[in-house]
Amino acid sequence: MHPAPSVIAFTTLSGLGFGLLAFLGIGLPPVTGWVAFVFFFLGYALAVGGLLASVAHLANPKNAIKAFSQWRSSWLSREGIVAVFALLVMTVFAIALIFFGVRLRLVGLIGALLCLGTVFTTSMIYTQLKTVPRWNMWTTPPVFILHALGGGALLAGQPRLAAVLLASLGALMVWAWIVGDEKGRAGSTMETATGLGHIGKVRLLEPPHSGENYLLKEMAYQVGRKHAFKLRLIAFGLGIVLPVLLMLLLPVTHTTALVAILAHLVGIFAGRWLFFAEAEHVQALYYGR
Amino acid sequence: MTTLPQSTEKKLGLVIDLDTCVGCHACVVSCKEWNTSNYGAPLSDIDAYGAEPHGTFLNRVHSFEAQPESGCSQTVHFPKSCLHCEDAPCVTVCPTGASYKREEDGIVLVNEDDCMGCGLCAWACPYGARELDEIFGVMKKCTLCVDRIYNENIPEEDRIPSCVRTCPSNARHFGDLSNPESNVSKLVAARGGMDLMPELGTKPVNKYLPPRLKDQPSDAALEPQHNDAKGLFAWLDKALENI
Repeated sequence: MHPAPSVIAFTTLSGLGFGLLAFLGIGLPPVTGWVAFVFFFLGYALAVGGLLASVAHLANPKNAIKAFSQWRSSWLSREGIVAVFALLVMTVFAIALIFFGVRLRLVGLIGALLCLGTVFTTSMIYTQLKTVPRWNMWTTPPVFILHALGGGALLAGQPRLAAVLLASLGALMVWAWIVGDEKGRAGSTMETATGLGHIGKVRLLEPPHSGENYLLKEMAYQVGRKHAFKLRLIAFGLGIVLPVLLMLLLPVTHTTALVAILAHLVGIFAGRWLFFAEAEHVQALYYGR
Repeated sequence: MTTLPQSTEKKLGLVIDLDTCVGCHACVVSCKEWNTSNYGAPLSDIDAYGAEPHGTFLNRVHSFEAQPESGCSQTVHFPKSCLHCEDAPCVTVCPTGASYKREEDGIVLVNEDDCMGCGLCAWACPYGARELDEIFGVMKKCTLCVDRIYNENIPEEDRIPSCVRTCPSNARHFGDLSNPESNVSKLVAARGGMDLMPELGTKPVNKYLPPRLKDQPSDAALEPQHNDAKGLFAWLDKALENI
């Protein structure tokens, strides 16, 4: 699948932002006043910035407002609605905390659950697609949620919790890579795609057109697979191992936290790029790819 | 709502005969011609006369080669467009309500006034039947020529999809696949019409008729037929050998 920068930025940044907001909602760290303002500002900047980046992915954004209408069937629609609710509820909590020094515990808890709900609905957009077997696995939602929680814990200054969450994320990511590799296209082949398997082995003799088209650009991306192993090392080393070691072995200062967060960011960008780039769509079978 | 109808009154669709398709791409051209000037936004072309032309098409013809374990391979031309699935995954993922399946005839359509061009429906389709138009930013797909089949302003023989009307080898058939007495249903029954990628559970309405297997030449037919010449040729044969 084509790794569109807008979608990578959206899923990673908004995931981090909603992860941080979820921790703030349950009182971690227990900040008030201007310090709380800075934390909430960071959470909102990441969450809203990510959501705005996703709009850049739309070819006809003037109709984006209509995306709130189809919550009964569409995970993308549900994501939009849950995100708006999460941001609104957290705003009430944040205003009470920053300006009035009041901690509305129930509101914060509901806000935190809605933040995680947003990340879950984002993950379901990918998980639901039977056409992309590497995404269509039970691991996709927990990987997205652990990304948000692990990165959120780093940003919220919770070293122990961040280490545990990121270690779990690392284990699950590796598991998903292995199972995803084995799964391939989940039984779909050029023979099932064309129905010609009863004659014999099928290959593409002539593509329908000599040039590229939307289908090939969007759903037959091939660069990422070549570098999959290196990118996995970068994602695992920088996204997981380095932050976990920093959080567990060194005294937590602003410098170690900053290094851990930046390494984590680079790691998850690489990992999320790969999440798209190495995912194979069954449609590409019609092009012998 | 982009939920699917429980059932549809008719199941209008195509039956494509892989045995008779000659791969001429006439259906591709006629589809583009009709649909670029009728329903919805035109089907744009980019760099049409340049080095890297590309554009939006609703119907494309692939050519495959199937190789049996022994003997000759078989070339199969393979037209592919929207299959108007009963359980269409492209419809339910749509967040704006632009994609829908019609209750009266089962045609899957995009209301371009609602489409925001997110492309998720194209991701959900296993068949590559939806293409986002690069210039107009809306999702394009086969409409089963909904603006022809009910159109009383054109002659009756033209009230079928453009690709079916134009096919010179009669490889494309249009009709109601929910009616077992329709021509298309009879064709499917007689020729073992099949679904593409049935493992994905989309229940396509369009069916493909498998190519007939090629005759295997018998070994006897390949044997030399004139081993022992008679008469004049026998004498000639002998005379030439003695020179």
